[in-house]
Parts: sequence; structure tokens; C-alpha cells
Amino acid sequence: MSPAADPLRSPTPSRPFDVGRVREDFPALWQYVNGKPLIYMDNAATTQKPRSVLEAIRRFYEQDCSNVHRGVHTLSQRATEAYERAREIVRRFLNARSEEEIIFVRGTTEAINLVAHSFGRLRVRAGDEILISAMEHHSNIVPWQILCEATGARLRVAPITEDGELLVEDVERLLNARTRLVAITHLSNALGTITPAREIIRLAHERGIPVLLDGAQAVAHLKVDVQELECDFYAFSGHKLYGPTGIGVLYGKAEWLDAMPPYQGGGDMISSVTFEKTTYNRLPYKFEAGTPHIAGAIGLAAAIEYVTALGLEAIAAHERNLLIYATEAVSSIPGLRVIGTARQKASILSFTLEGVHPHDIGTILDHEGIAIRAGHHCAQPVMERFGVPATARVSFALYNTREEVDALVAALQKVREIFGL
Amino acid sequence: MSELRDLYQEVLLDHSKRPRNFGVLEDADHQAVGHNPLCGDKVVVYLRMEGDRIADIRFHGQGCAVSQASASMMTESVKGKTRAEAEMLFERFHELLTGTGSDASEASELGKLAIFAGVRKYPVRVKCATLAWHTLRAALEQKMETVSTE
Repeated sequence: MSPAADPLRSPTPSRPFDVGRVREDFPALWQYVNGKPLIYMDNAATTQKPRSVLEAIRRFYEQDCSNVHRGVHTLSQRATEAYERAREIVRRFLNARSEEEIIFVRGTTEAINLVAHSFGRLRVRAGDEILISAMEHHSNIVPWQILCEATGARLRVAPITEDGELLVEDVERLLNARTRLVAITHLSNALGTITPAREIIRLAHERGIPVLLDGAQAVAHLKVDVQELECDFYAFSGHKLYGPTGIGVLYGKAEWLDAMPPYQGGGDMISSVTFEKTTYNRLPYKFEAGTPHIAGAIGLAAAIEYVTALGLEAIAAHERNLLIYATEAVSSIPGLRVIGTARQKASILSFTLEGVHPHDIGTILDHEGIAIRAGHHCAQPVMERFGVPATARVSFALYNTREEVDALVAALQKVREIFGL
Repeated sequence: MSELRDLYQEVLLDHSKRPRNFGVLEDADHQAVGHNPLCGDKVVVYLRMEGDRIADIRFHGQGCAVSQASASMMTESVKGKTRAEAEMLFERFHELLTGTGSDASEASELGKLAIFAGVRKYPVRVKCATLAWHTLRAALEQKMETVSTE
């Protein structure tokens, strides 16, 4: 198949983006909360699921439910085909070279832990360094702290600017002969910053240092091409991409995955077992011990087919317009401070409102049927960096509308009214 | 809106904006730190005991309106009370928030604290309202470690 004929890599969407129409695909959006139509703006936490995803999962359990890679019977063959087809869909979505580079895991957290554990055992020794940024999610901090504690390696943190930007020169300054891995977010969950991943990877590679990208937030909002990025590892979760919870992906370059020891031992990850010696299975199975989340992988594949049919560019353009519109709209509210004002942003609008704690904003907005996140967003160092205990965070998905943003602004005015501001 | 007004009553907003007994108690002989890691609310409670009686109490901290007002109003309610009386009040207060007590006993014993009945409709906010009380209990028990509502 020529690249131009591949619908997943098609540069333009097949039809204009119609938000009214896509909303019909999401049953969870058709409900009232506290007597108001639900306005779901907590998409950075998890997204709602389109019907096609729900149907794919249901079809698997109703018709094809069986274990993979072992039975000779028909259902097992169907389950195996569906599971491996899901892997191929993920491969195309990320534009990975080979299916053996796609490891199914529980989510981004497990993917990063896998790398910390296996790459750590392969490469990281006392005195070595792991470099992260100051705007990582806890899941891209704690696994490295555990690794550092176990090995005597050192965790280095590249600073971010007042706007919440990660500057390439600040990363470059910290790269040295002891740096074994750079692990950074592709899109910050607390600030919405899109990091200069390509440039950072180029600089790291010049020094022979591999790079992991935490793509938990990015995959639903940016087109990701791992060959173009040249990243060594890419981690993401299905549930932030309109897929089910409990399924995620670790992409790793085959040369790394081949060299790395297994993460967990068990069934499926072996070729042969005796009490004297066990031979590990080939990639990607070496890293998939035990019965995988088959239905999850199938659901994730349906989600990827859903977003690719709409077109990632079209979705990104829609969300970009919403973010610009919302940022302008909330800026007129007295006392409102946007946290995270990077030039390159997507989906996320984090803010504080003078005189009102984010939790109180969250409760009052919920009363208006509006779901947002209030808290530290599992990024306590980011909150500390900006001198706030917490923020209120609005995060957009492909199904949000300008009318919903208008309702958000009205609800924020109500917050001020209740607090006598 | 009326449900929201039940939660965010004028008294609560007043205490959250102008907390009473706020600050460090220099001659405290008991203190404890309370922390709600879920939302980052933090309260430090300082006590000066005279025998079994809370002679003086102050707090400081940061957090949502519910947690700060609750801490402020708690200090007013327990100042001058004995340990046992403060414990009893916490029990009544907890029953009020979880809806397990009888309305009559609440009204008579809780006084101004009865305004927190509005929290009952917001189960996730019960922790905000009880953080200061858990911290008070820890201070009375002279626990020096941080208490957590998680």
C-alpha cells in the first residue's frame, strides 16, 4: 500500500468536522447532571467513549471471547486475530516500523514503569543520570525515583519557564556523559504545554542518549509519528484516547526492546520453560506476560479507528479553536489567572480564581452540570513551581463546543457571585 | 442554586474569608498537622491546655472555603472545652455531615456548626469539613506526625 492510499496517514480529513454529529456518537454525553445537560470538560483525566468502542468490546465478549495465542479452536483464533489486528492498528497509528515494537500494557504508568525497570537493569548504574522536566506527571517522576534509589543513579530535572515552557537549551545544559535516558512529557497534563520533543530528541541522540516520551495527553490531540520524532520509547493510555481503561501501549524501538530483559515473568512471554532454563518469547510477547487485556486492546483499536476516521488534524484544529476561544473568554473574568501560557499548547486550560479555592469552583461548576478537575493533577512539582496549591483545569476533547465554553464562563461568573466577589 | 446556598452559607463564607483564631499560637503545648493529599488542603492546629481544658487554640493553613471555615468555626466551638467535650462535639459534627445523627441532638449541641449540614449533599466534601477536627484530635493525642484524611 502506498503511503498516500493509507487512510490512517491521509493528510486531510475526508469530511469537514461536524461537532454536532460527533456528539451523537457518545452516549454518555446525552445525560443531565444536577438537572443540567452534562458538559464534560475533564478529558485530560479520561475521555468518554464512542458507541463504536462500546460495541467492539461487547462484540468480543458476546461472540469471540476466548484466550489468545493458545487454543486451536475457532473462538481462540478469532480472539487472537482481533488482538493482533489491534496491534497492527496501533502500529499504523504511531507509524512504528514493526508490530513487534508495540507492547500492550495497562496504561502509560505501566509503560513507564516497564522502561524504568527493564531499561534500568540494562543500562543504569550508580552515578548515572536520568533527565526529566519540571512539568512531569507523577507517573513520569516516581518510577525514575524508584530506579535511582535502587541503583544509586541521580534524577535531574530540567526547569520550565514562567509560561510553562520547556526550553531546549535548558535540557541541553543538563545532558552529559552520565545521562542514560531523557524522559519527558509530549504534552503537559497540568499546563497544556506541547514540548519541543523533536529538538530534544535530536540533541539527546547526538550524544547517544535515548528518549522516552510520555504521550498520555498527546495522542488524543496531536498526530504522533514515532519515526518522524525518532523517539526511542513512547507511552500512552487508551482511556484518554476514547478507548477503555486498563489498556495502554508502550512503543519501543526494536533494538532497545530486544536488548532489555523482561519486565514480568509468566505465561505467553516464554518460548520454553524447564526448571533449569527458560527461553523468552520473541517481541512483543517477551513483554506481555499473562493473559492480556484482549477486550481492552480491541476497544482501543476501535477508538483509534474512530479518531483516524475523523482525522487527527481536524480534531486538533477544532480543539485549538476551542482553546483560543475559551482562553479569551475566561480572561475577561476578574481575578482569573491562567496557569500555563506556553506558545505551543493543546486542549488544556488550567487556572486559579482569586479568593476561591479550585475545589469550591469544582463543586459549584458540578452543580451547573460542568465536570472539570480541581486539584494538583498528579503534578505537585508543577503546582509548587507556580506557587499555587491547586488549579481548576478545563480540558477539551473533540466533542466540546463553543456553547459549552459560554456555559462555563457563565458558571464561573456564578462562582464569583456566590463568593461575593 | 438553593442547594449551593445551603453549602456556601454567609457564615461559612465569612469564616473562610476572615478566619478566627488564625495564626501560630506561640505558647502552644500541643500541635498537629492535617493534610488532605487529594486536594492539597492543609491545616495546623495549636493548643494550649490547662489540665484537661483547651485554654487556647489557633490554626493556620490553606484550602477550600469549606475546610478553612470549618477550622475557624471549630476553634470558636472548642475553646474552653474539655477533651471529652471536644471529642463529643466532633462526634456530633461527624454525624451531622454523614446524616447519621438525630436532628434534635445536633441542633442543640452543635450551635453554629449546624450550618455544615449543607455538606451532606456533597459527600466528596465531607473530608474538607472534617480535616481540622481530625487534626484537633491528633493534637489532643499529642501526635506529632501529619494526619491524613486519605
